[in-house]
Amino acid sequence: MRKLKGLAFAIAEAIDQEMAHNERLVVLGEDVTYWGAVFGFTMGLFPKYGRERVVDTPITEQTFMGMAVGAASVGLHPVVSLMFVDFCGAGFDQMFNHMAKNHYMSGGQLPMPVTVITAIGGGYGDAAQHSQVLYGLFAHLPGFKIVVPATAYDAKGLTVRALADPNPVIIFGHKLLTGLPFLPFEGEEEEVPEERYTLEFGQAAVRRQGRDLTIVAAGLMVPRSLQAAERLAQEGISAEVIDLRTLVPLDETTLVASARKTGRVLIVDEDYMSYGLSGEVAFRIQAGALGSLKAPIQRLAVPDVPIPFSEPLESAVIPSVQRIYEAARSLVGVQALA
Amino acid sequence: MIKPEPSPQDLQYLVAQAELDADQLRRAYRQLCLIRSFENLIADRYYIGKAPEFNMAAGPIRGEMHLAVGQEAVAVGVCSLLEESDAVVSTHRPHHHALAKGVEPKKLAAEIFGKASGLCHGKGGHMHLFDTSKHFSCSGIVGASFPQAAGAAFAFRKLGQRQVAVAFAGEGAANHGTFAETLNVAGLFQLPLVVVIEDNLYADSTPKWAALSTVHHFQRAQSFNVPSYVVDGMDLIDVYRVAKLVIERARNGMGPALIEAVCYRYRGHFEGDAEEYRTREEVERWRALDPIPRLGERLKVLGWADEATLNRLRDEAQQEAEAAIQFAESSPLPEPQEALRGVFQ
Repeated sequence: MRKLKGLAFAIAEAIDQEMAHNERLVVLGEDVTYWGAVFGFTMGLFPKYGRERVVDTPITEQTFMGMAVGAASVGLHPVVSLMFVDFCGAGFDQMFNHMAKNHYMSGGQLPMPVTVITAIGGGYGDAAQHSQVLYGLFAHLPGFKIVVPATAYDAKGLTVRALADPNPVIIFGHKLLTGLPFLPFEGEEEEVPEERYTLEFGQAAVRRQGRDLTIVAAGLMVPRSLQAAERLAQEGISAEVIDLRTLVPLDETTLVASARKTGRVLIVDEDYMSYGLSGEVAFRIQAGALGSLKAPIQRLAVPDVPIPFSEPLESAVIPSVQRIYEAARSLVGVQALA
Repeated sequence: MIKPEPSPQDLQYLVAQAELDADQLRRAYRQLCLIRSFENLIADRYYIGKAPEFNMAAGPIRGEMHLAVGQEAVAVGVCSLLEESDAVVSTHRPHHHALAKGVEPKKLAAEIFGKASGLCHGKGGHMHLFDTSKHFSCSGIVGASFPQAAGAAFAFRKLGQRQVAVAFAGEGAANHGTFAETLNVAGLFQLPLVVVIEDNLYADSTPKWAALSTVHHFQRAQSFNVPSYVVDGMDLIDVYRVAKLVIERARNGMGPALIEAVCYRYRGHFEGDAEEYRTREEVERWRALDPIPRLGERLKVLGWADEATLNRLRDEAQQEAEAAIQFAESSPLPEPQEALRGVFQ
């Protein structure tokens, strides 16, 4: 055990440890050598494995995603770095028409072991083309498993799991949780084992037990929700905080059980509001816990506008600790319908 | 690009230069006939239930149908040089490539009919054919084959194997960004990749002159340091001659190449295409260059087959194609629950 700060080192360490014993793992993408994939997810791999296994590609999202599809179909397990998730547009066809579907369309013949690692999120003034979250887009498409770690411990265990998965998995690392020196850090230093360990997909973590309401979050919204819960606790409101960890598969059981216990649910999402994660989670909870709900499910998400640049504007659209706190408090104040 | 018919003496020279023997050429002739018969039978069955009103969803074969009648020589010329473990990534017009790569005609036909006995248990259909045992795949998305074949080539090299990967694409796909991106990567990494542009002069309905700022794609490949060739795609021997050169070179670690095969499809872009973008005369002109009788004549000139042999090869191929269609027709449809299986492994 030693303390680790942030997701980036944890993810890079997981890849390193798996590459050491799995020759079929090859890292591809933009700036994966010297820069360790800009957000650090592949740092330290190049000096160790060289260009034979850590391959800088030209800035050609469509082509390196397609290469991953082709390479996976004949026996490699490519780990693909998509610099910012915002750039998926340029590579999306190969991702959603091929990577996600070839296993199914081939009647199970074609394996598609690909792990895509990408950076998400705003909060540091990078504006609309570099601050999106977009995991809902990928979660919407059948065929991708979606991992959104909020802690370094989870990031390592879930990455190890992804690298052993025969299916395409996308890991979304939030920039404000990477722990890199050039970005604000909203996570916490934490104990992470040096040895290899795996976390299963489809198991949400209850980060904080509570009885008055459930806050459901993923990625950066987890530490923000925990901070809001602290403030609520000072006022005698007991909030349970659930970290989804994987969006596909989604741990409905934990969500429903928590909603039945608390009767009130607030979903906090850094992705766009409409047609996204918050709607999906709300639906699944009501389907399983309608009789226990004491108030309509509430959600806090980006209000369907591109992420603006200027600080007050950006802060106004990405859920903050303050707004999570306010939304939770008013939800607890809402009287039971029945 | 369409080369004049060689004299008997020159023909012997060309054949010797390509290291083609009588058996190989007779086998190639049979393959051309098999593909032609197969696709004619598919066309025939496709229209069942689609008259008097053309409805894509009706009849035993649903959806769009893109046939490659006329383009057989490109597929056979290239694929007859490949080993089973070499990868082929094809397009939305994939039957000729699949058959030439050795995909079982029965399973292929059954997939086109959406049957449980098909290659993909009815989940892929005509544009999404996969056969991992033959290292064959395709995509219904224009331009998608380039990077996928490059990825297979990348993996072969990484795994220390001697296989090559072939990307087939139409000349319309060569206007897609993936074409330039992939050639750059393939040239940069010296991948064992062969890109084959089947230039049938039309991207769907759009004539090549209306979509391309130059005349040929091979010039564009050269700008990425990728050796490139134009061949007569209606001439099996010409395709074979160049394909042999570049496939061997790729297999021996000498990097990628591009073949631009000028050819023609006798049928529309899809079945039901009114073909108002071209004249009947144009189609007839190209029919005079049909690769099948062209090769048949040469086999006779070379003394490697007489009319009776050609007839026998053609009949055998016809019977094999008919057996495939009958297998497909008599196979059961998949159970509906199958739709919910197999998203993840």
